[in-house]
Amino acid sequence: MKYCRNLESVTFNDLYEQYPDLHIDVKREKALLLRHDIIILQHPFYWYSGPAIIKQWLDLVLEYNWAYGPQGTALNGKKLLSAISCGAGKEAYSPSGHNHYPVTDFLLPYKQTAFLCRMDWLPPFVVHNTYRIKNESLEKIGKQYAALLQALSRNEFHVSQYPEVDYINELITLDEVR
Amino acid sequence: MQQSFLFQAMIYLAAAVIMVPVAKKLGLGSVLGYLIAGILIGPACLHLIGQEGNDLLHFAEFGVVMMLFVIGLELEPTVLWKMRKSIAGTGGLQVVITTVVVAGLALLFNISWKQALALGMIISMSSTAIVLQSLNEKGLMKSAAGQSSFAVLLFQDIAVIPMLAIFPLLSALPLTERNNVAHNEPGFVNDLPAWGQTLAVLGSVGLVIVAGRYLLRPLFRIIAKTGMREMFTAFALLLVVGIAQLMTSVGLSPALGTFLAGVVLANSEYRHELESDIDPFKGLLLGLFFIAVGASIDFSLIMAKPWIILGIVLALMLVKAIVLFILGRSFKLSKPQNFIFSLGLSQVGEFAFVLLGFSSQENILSKEMNDMMVAIVAISMALTPLIMLLNEKLILPRLCAGHPETPQREPDVEIQEQPVIIAGYGHFGSTVHRFLNANNIGTTVLDIDSDNVDRVRQMGFQVYYGDASRHDLLEIAGAGKARLIIIAISDEEKRKEMIEIIKKHFPNLQMLVRSSNRYDAYDLMNAGMLHIYRETLDTSLRMGVDALRILGYRAHEATRWAKTFFLQDEKTLKHLSTIRTDEEYFTAVRRNSEELEAVLREDKKLLNFRVDEGWDGRPVNGELPVHDQAANS
Repeated sequence: MKYCRNLESVTFNDLYEQYPDLHIDVKREKALLLRHDIIILQHPFYWYSGPAIIKQWLDLVLEYNWAYGPQGTALNGKKLLSAISCGAGKEAYSPSGHNHYPVTDFLLPYKQTAFLCRMDWLPPFVVHNTYRIKNESLEKIGKQYAALLQALSRNEFHVSQYPEVDYINELITLDEVR
Repeated sequence: MQQSFLFQAMIYLAAAVIMVPVAKKLGLGSVLGYLIAGILIGPACLHLIGQEGNDLLHFAEFGVVMMLFVIGLELEPTVLWKMRKSIAGTGGLQVVITTVVVAGLALLFNISWKQALALGMIISMSSTAIVLQSLNEKGLMKSAAGQSSFAVLLFQDIAVIPMLAIFPLLSALPLTERNNVAHNEPGFVNDLPAWGQTLAVLGSVGLVIVAGRYLLRPLFRIIAKTGMREMFTAFALLLVVGIAQLMTSVGLSPALGTFLAGVVLANSEYRHELESDIDPFKGLLLGLFFIAVGASIDFSLIMAKPWIILGIVLALMLVKAIVLFILGRSFKLSKPQNFIFSLGLSQVGEFAFVLLGFSSQENILSKEMNDMMVAIVAISMALTPLIMLLNEKLILPRLCAGHPETPQREPDVEIQEQPVIIAGYGHFGSTVHRFLNANNIGTTVLDIDSDNVDRVRQMGFQVYYGDASRHDLLEIAGAGKARLIIIAISDEEKRKEMIEIIKKHFPNLQMLVRSSNRYDAYDLMNAGMLHIYRETLDTSLRMGVDALRILGYRAHEATRWAKTFFLQDEKTLKHLSTIRTDEEYFTAVRRNSEELEAVLREDKKLLNFRVDEGWDGRPVNGELPVHDQAANS
């Protein structure tokens, strides 16, 4: 959280802080969406999905004929990115692993949401092993995330780069981060 | 007629116990019940008590002293200070104007100017006992009329003192004899020179304030520690009696002195205890006082010239009421409030008895004039509850119908069939009303403060004037058909009264009750209420949540903890409400707060997991990196 909070051209919208009782201000959220080109859903990966408030946010904010439907063009052409943290390692999210399916499969509802809203779906930013990471490497991942956000906001990646990777993490590797 | 003490006590109590409930049942109020009881057992009817009625009157006046103590307890110094304008303004003008007008009238009837002035002062007094008791019973003390009445009565209490000082100057006796009379007065202070008297007066007032502030609390604590309830009661009584004695000895009104003590103690933690201890004594003594007034009405004198006396009574009350009405008007009371105010205070009060006694001592008024005045005062007091009743039943409804600002005001409460009734349109009730209104739910709102009703009506809301604890009014308001009633009035006692009435007459009406605090909530629970809303609980928890947020906790977590706290607190409330003794209560409270902590601890684990609970499929080894949620999300 702290790595994306004070970035230039990034608005940090802390949903649980803003709506501790899940009472989402739809007008405000829509206005925020309209002002930005890249929308990032950043959350821990609870039960193969987002925490309750993310679902509530999707349910209320993405209105018919606004986000989707015949006249729903408000989000047209914006990019949607999932930035998530998982307790388990990447190997647990494989056919032979504990969770059987890759993270990207679990993110399918979000991907379809992007399509329905005529948005471009980006490969997710995923942090694995959150319970085992040492503080130094965590810091590094934070910086990687910040660098990625900067690059995205400056439109530094080419559209053709996205299908080549599972996770957007791979576009700026940890070694590239100082 | 020398009967044993017990026999007399039996007569008084029996008369009260029979007549007061009957009067209440008939809607006449307790004061009238006592008065009728007095007339019945007095020399006029059953002749069970004779001339001692007058002595009794002086004894029972102590009830007035106690009443002012209790009133003082309910009045914090800051509130009193805020009232200073109306006390000096309304009260002062009332006494002066009434005295002048009555004295002027007396002069027209060829009464000497000294006697006229004395009569004027006597008649300017109103009855604290009757007026406050009646207003309290009708729940009108907090209305504008109640407040103004109280201010006037308080000023009269103060005004008695200079009047008693002026009376000797009006005496018809020569100087030497007058001195003899003065020496009959109790108290050592009269022997002191003038500056000494002033000093004594100021000193004793100071003593009451300082002792009330610093000395009484530790004393109360010591006595409360003995755990003997009667000791506390005894001390409370001693306090009132002692102050009354002190005040009498320096020549001040005892009622004023105890009032002052009450105000000083209004902020103390023993306030409720004191109030509940003194209250029954106050009630009984006041009852006795009213009985004595009833008994002391000399019917033979009235029978001798009934029309003249009745004429004088009505004329005097009319004069007083007119003066009060003009004052009420200039102090911006609305019409209905002004009628309650001016008619309520139109009688001549018990202080008149004191002044009359003094004037016969000083030989200011002739014997027959004095006797006649006693009868007149007593009759006017006896008429007061009747007049208030007439005002309430006949004048007010008609008045409200023709009120210029509210043209559609037909009868006071129109026949209603809304699903929700809201009783009380203060800050609490109005919020509930606005919320329901915003959701298009029909409500019938009742409020007892007619000024408030008018104000709210001007804003375009349908609010009706009426006492929501009266079952006939509730009936008209549609309580028989409504789904639920919201009891949002601020008076705890009135709320309980209402609950009983609704239980009895409208068993199908669901009640949602406001409660002042947890102790009040216990009472409501024990009264069988299921929906209880503590006024301050939600707000203080919201404040707690914000405090946590400012301290750096996450908003969602703080909100959830508050909700957990709330649920747990409501749960324990039920248990605590069944406990009677302090000892048990404290143990239970301690246990509950431990329980609450445990619940919150458990809940925090829910939000703050630091271990991978098996999502990996691998066991988590002992050493875990500790990092906060920021890293996690």
